[in-house]
Amino acid sequence: MSFTRFVAVARKEVIQILRDTRSLSIVILMPVILVLLFGYGVSLDLKHLPVYVWDRDGSQQSQDLLKRFQASDYFDVVRVVSDYPTLVRAIDDGRAKMGVVIPWDFSRRLHDGRTAQVQALVDASDDNTANVLIGYSQALVQGYSSQVQLDWLRKRGQSGQLAPLSVDTRTWYNEDLESSAFIIPGVLALVMSVIGAFLTSLTIAREWERGSMEQLISTPVTALEVMLGKLVPYFMIGMFDVVVCTGLALYWFRVPFRGSFATLLFSSALFMVVVLSLGFFISVIAKSQLAASQIALVVTFLPAFLLSGFLYAIEQMPVVLQWITRILPARYYVSILKQVFLKGTPTQFLYADLVPLTIFAIVLGLLATGAFHKKLI
Amino acid sequence: MRSAKELGHYPMAENNYSVVIEDLVKKFGDFVAVNHINLATQKGEIFGFLGPNGAGKSTTIRILCGLLTPTAGRAVVAGYDVSREPESVRQNIGYMSQRFSLYNDLKVIENIRLFAGLYGVPQNKLKKRIDWALEMANLNGQENSITGTLPGGWKQRLALGCAVLHKPPIIFLDEPTSGVDPISRRQFWDLIHQMSGEGVTVFVTTHYMEEAEYCNRLALIFRGEMVALGTPSELKRKSMKGELLLVEAEPLGPAVEALQSAPEVIDAAVFGSALHLMVPSAVAAIPHVKTFLEEHSITVHRVEKIRASLEDVFVSLTAERSQDAEKPS
Repeated sequence: MSFTRFVAVARKEVIQILRDTRSLSIVILMPVILVLLFGYGVSLDLKHLPVYVWDRDGSQQSQDLLKRFQASDYFDVVRVVSDYPTLVRAIDDGRAKMGVVIPWDFSRRLHDGRTAQVQALVDASDDNTANVLIGYSQALVQGYSSQVQLDWLRKRGQSGQLAPLSVDTRTWYNEDLESSAFIIPGVLALVMSVIGAFLTSLTIAREWERGSMEQLISTPVTALEVMLGKLVPYFMIGMFDVVVCTGLALYWFRVPFRGSFATLLFSSALFMVVVLSLGFFISVIAKSQLAASQIALVVTFLPAFLLSGFLYAIEQMPVVLQWITRILPARYYVSILKQVFLKGTPTQFLYADLVPLTIFAIVLGLLATGAFHKKLI
Repeated sequence: MRSAKELGHYPMAENNYSVVIEDLVKKFGDFVAVNHINLATQKGEIFGFLGPNGAGKSTTIRILCGLLTPTAGRAVVAGYDVSREPESVRQNIGYMSQRFSLYNDLKVIENIRLFAGLYGVPQNKLKKRIDWALEMANLNGQENSITGTLPGGWKQRLALGCAVLHKPPIIFLDEPTSGVDPISRRQFWDLIHQMSGEGVTVFVTTHYMEEAEYCNRLALIFRGEMVALGTPSELKRKSMKGELLLVEAEPLGPAVEALQSAPEVIDAAVFGSALHLMVPSAVAAIPHVKTFLEEHSITVHRVEKIRASLEDVFVSLTAERSQDAEKPS
């Protein structure tokens, strides 16, 4: 290992990155764009869902119930209709996510002390939204139901409580239930995958494609010096982008940061070693820029996006997928990120994630080191 | 007792020979790219590797630079076995690959600094070596030009400059002048001669016949085999199976067809607007050829004995091989 040769390769790599506007813009703009995109564009909060109602009763009580829908943040009563087909059409063409039908004998049944039924027609083409709608409307109707029961008892001279049981909820870690706080920490994993695997796989495959690799390996430079000289600049860039993304998260999106900054940097460094090794390994095998970049996306970016717990909770995946996530380094990194940002978990409690990530970094690092030979075939 | 050779020690190589190839074979699957080649180059020699595209020239040169592993046989460069000590070989060679493969997006000076670093040129000699390379490549004043914007001939000189920054005793040049204009090609060969004069062994492949004439010695490569080895004049004297006649006649097409089956004619081929005939004896053949063509109602303008060019040597040698290959065995 000669330091002079390593520096020669690394310096050349830095010059090339700085001189190529395309890779420079990926390095600087891409992290910012991804954070903004996920911070603003992706919201898992469902609010102001459009609702059509058909009040067949038209009584004081039916209006009381509908007012509760109106007053809720989750629903917007967009229109009151007076026939069934109009309601159905509204759901069919997506103007309404839900239709509420109050039967003609609603108030009479309540007056008689019988159960009155309210119909809710839900557009379940998006099952997540449908579940949320069903949950919200059940809770809302339940609340109104208790009120009716209490009134009924009081009229008959009996006393009662509004709600015999109530749950007092406090949301921890993400107090305001902001999805940006849930999502943004995980964006770091995406950014690192792009910088580490995607850009790196391009830089080495490009040398094979342009023939410069042949000239490079005809010199006394060793395989390790080529690898480190190429990867160290990208490692620096990755760490720089971690700081940029964290800054944006904290000062622009006001995402809480409760853990240790050192843990964030350390785990990011480990994950960077993982994706750099993968990118290097892929480009050694693929030897063409197109193939290398596509493999890199499939192997690192997609899993980081879909299976890391970044957007979709791993616990809710089918068991087989849950098992698959265990072999994805991104899963452990995203878990650490969320804990460091939101929970402030002390580092000694992060071993369940830090240990697998370290193992991945070592194994993949060694694999990449052994993959590159100074031979043409 | 084990011989010096088995111990990886090559007294011959240390003394007079800089590249020694023994029974070298390289196969890619079933395809034999290099077929039992033997040769040795002397120090300070310009050794040419001449042959058509796909003959195995680049494969051989890549084996000598340690970029490909030979299937069988051995190659010793600067006293080191290329299979066993490729890194020691690389310390002692400069290599210019067939495609221009410096970095087009780097400045001239950045490419030079990169290779100076890769070859481990010491800090105290760095400036001197860089100045020397710029001077040699005639690129003074172009230090800050982006390499990709330079004309082809300048790029080749830069590539040569980068390959010799560490003053290697042997340089390998794989078709260094392909795609370069004739004047730049001439300048490039002046550089090669200059280095050879300083004791550097230059191993160069080409398919330009006129370039082959500049070499001290030549190996003719055809389909992975070495078909001839010698100085250009030796090859011209010894390798021909007969003497050469230049024939100017009209019409040319029927003339060459007729002559191929004529008695006393070994081979006939079109060269520009004339024919080259190979015959056992020029003096004896001239009258016969004239009569033969006239009998076939072809107008003869000129028939005379000429000296063979390298191209004739090459055509003659490879034609034999081609016929051998086509014969059913």
